[in-house]
Amino acid sequence: MAELGHEATTYAPPREQPEMELPHAHSFVTTYIFSQDAKTIAIQYAITAISVGLFALLLSILIRLQLGFPNSFSLIDPTNYLQYVTMHGMIMVVYLLTALFLGGFGNYFIPLMIGARDMAFPWMNMLSFWFYFVSVIILMIAFFIPGGPTGAGWTLYPPQLMSEGTPGIHGGVLLMMFSLAVFIIGFTMGGLNYIITILQYRTRGMTLMRMPLTIWGIFMATMLALLAFPALLVAVLMVLFDHIAGTSFFMPAMFSMGEQTPHEGGSPLLFQHLFWFFGHPEVYIVALPAFGIVSDILATHARRNIFGYRMMVWALVAIGGLSFVVWAHHMYVSGMNPYFGFLFATTTLVIAVPTAIKVYNWVLTLWHGNIRLTLPMLFAIGFIFTFVNGGLTGLFLGNVTVDVPLSDTYFVVGHFHMVMAVAPVMVIYAAIYHWYPKITGRMLDETMGKIHFWTTFVGTYTIYYPMHYLGLAGVPRRYFAYGDTSPFIGESVQDLNAVITVAAIIVAFAQLLFIFNVIWSRKHGVESGPNPWNATSLEWQTETTPPGHGNFGKELPVVYRWPYDYSVPGAKYDFIPQNVPPEAVEKADDDGVKA
Amino acid sequence: MIITLVFLAALLAFFLGWILSRTVQVEPWVADGGLLSDDLPDILTTPRVALGIFLAVASSVFALSISAYHMRIEWGSDWLAAPSPALLWVNTGVLVLASLALQWSWNAARRKDGDSLRRWLYIGGALTVAFIFGQLLVWRQLYVGGYFMSANPANAFFYFMTGVHGVHLLGGLVAWFRCTRRVWQGAGPEAVGASVELCTIYWHYLLVIWFILFSLLLTT
Repeated sequence: MAELGHEATTYAPPREQPEMELPHAHSFVTTYIFSQDAKTIAIQYAITAISVGLFALLLSILIRLQLGFPNSFSLIDPTNYLQYVTMHGMIMVVYLLTALFLGGFGNYFIPLMIGARDMAFPWMNMLSFWFYFVSVIILMIAFFIPGGPTGAGWTLYPPQLMSEGTPGIHGGVLLMMFSLAVFIIGFTMGGLNYIITILQYRTRGMTLMRMPLTIWGIFMATMLALLAFPALLVAVLMVLFDHIAGTSFFMPAMFSMGEQTPHEGGSPLLFQHLFWFFGHPEVYIVALPAFGIVSDILATHARRNIFGYRMMVWALVAIGGLSFVVWAHHMYVSGMNPYFGFLFATTTLVIAVPTAIKVYNWVLTLWHGNIRLTLPMLFAIGFIFTFVNGGLTGLFLGNVTVDVPLSDTYFVVGHFHMVMAVAPVMVIYAAIYHWYPKITGRMLDETMGKIHFWTTFVGTYTIYYPMHYLGLAGVPRRYFAYGDTSPFIGESVQDLNAVITVAAIIVAFAQLLFIFNVIWSRKHGVESGPNPWNATSLEWQTETTPPGHGNFGKELPVVYRWPYDYSVPGAKYDFIPQNVPPEAVEKADDDGVKA
Repeated sequence: MIITLVFLAALLAFFLGWILSRTVQVEPWVADGGLLSDDLPDILTTPRVALGIFLAVASSVFALSISAYHMRIEWGSDWLAAPSPALLWVNTGVLVLASLALQWSWNAARRKDGDSLRRWLYIGGALTVAFIFGQLLVWRQLYVGGYFMSANPANAFFYFMTGVHGVHLLGGLVAWFRCTRRVWQGAGPEAVGASVELCTIYWHYLLVIWFILFSLLLTT
């Protein structure tokens, strides 16, 4: 330490982590259904989230069929169309992305990566999943009731939410609200677990600054979610009161069918403030774990330490904090006080600074790296492209004067799908290709994976890039049909819509190929061994693959280094796992570093 | 949203300070150099930290409700302040006593005085149940007086806020019941001391929240 200019006395050894008591499963039910093992819960989360996500993908194809080939399908009428749009958005944002990143990846990797046996409160963890599962069931019931699910858009703005003419204003709204409330309660139980486990159950030597960035991302995202979901909960409860008890939290006085509705004086703007106070952090609840995961994957597959680790951590924290003061940039045209526009445009542009730091650091990690274009790496690089692309259009929309004419056009749809749909999904795929060998002991098929990647990457660009032009041409979003729009919108818009639809169908089939790959490789994939990528973090150093109950063997690992010791000069191998003490590092022979 | 933002700013300032103090002087790339130990102090046991974070989440719910309350007053023109029945003062007193009783129970736990612990724990729970019945009685009085939820946003907020507070207290009673059952089965101060402590902190927290909500309802 002396040569680094530090006083050894300022350091205290990390505390020995006491062994935790694990609940042991004794039957099929407690092993696979009401399991308290975080890894099983993670897989339950993932299967539920991906299933419901595939359903939402199907909904998006139905939306696209109508847009690409209007009125060719009798199944899709204006009512259904709005319901598909609403459910597609809500499922993808909350029930797929949030649940998969935090419930799925969070549960699997937090204990493994920090060297813990399990979550802090395994029973509550199990309860968290079952709340989530019930919330999905409640959501799905809406498709089977008279009137169907709500069609008010995923933003659920009142008064439209409860006004005659909007689909599903009775049971549909109620089920959506109940489902969200149950989801939030379930998430709070899970979120408490993730935070406590990271704070209290890190193994010996695993200081905060030796945690993989995946854990930092999940940690910050969980903090955001715990503080932001209450806004949605309050909004949901008030909508329920407006709906059931006839209060007027959000519902203004209106005339419907010549009669005054029972509500009076409520403020739709209040709902928008509450909704986006949750809604904007929600973007980062999805993005921060993705940032973390992609950092780890880039470092591993470029055989280089992550560039600017501390800066990456602080950028995560800064983005998390700033994400709470930008919400009203979703509301420039809502009728709020126009002076707010300036304020929120400024904070929105400020948040681009830490985000740009992260992007530069990813690119600099690749610089001079020993890049291996494995499947996870392809998806991670794909993420950088789509994220930068979507992020730059965010700078357009963050400015009030640019946003006003572009509001509610396809430009917005193109922007948020690029930055919040394609980019995090790229990371989900990168993560699944990267960690599937640890979870199953087998590799995913390379050829199918490459087809999946290129179809998805090129396909999604074909879908969303033209949407920006549609938006600039003034095509509004959420419309079932445009009717006669000449001379305002050119006829070529229809051709472009048809192209987008065809691309969307192709991309959807590529996702089915991925699902097939996941199922097929479970039995027929090449055996991977414990550490196929020569990675350093603790989850790759477990005694068995897949890791057993309790994750590690008799003793928890002790951590001596950060997780980015790749291509260390003078070392024999190009990676040094976190649990290798300095004296055990093998020195390089004369012929240099070996892979 | 000012109130919510102030609450969040305070929380984030605390969090940022903690993160920075644990990360600034650290050189993570140094192997086995020893890093600043960032374990939480021993006094912050896992259940205590868990309760602390849950209180932050609950505070977020209350801060947002209070923000919504102010915004609805400001943006609507139909606000007619709800009455504050005298019974609310009695209920407030009961809740204060409940909090005190649990505090004494906790004190007894620290003195290893099992009898006193048990007595005050029972009394605290009983007083809390009395508070909740009192609140229901207030609802009943308002309802009979024609102050329905749908009649005015002030009434709606009154039911909403007292309801959210009551639900949190009911959740606390579940924890209290689990703790009490163990005491009933003969668990001593060593075994249940930590649980009594968590209950007490939670009760004090909800008492403070009730003071804030009550003064809000009285002044607007």
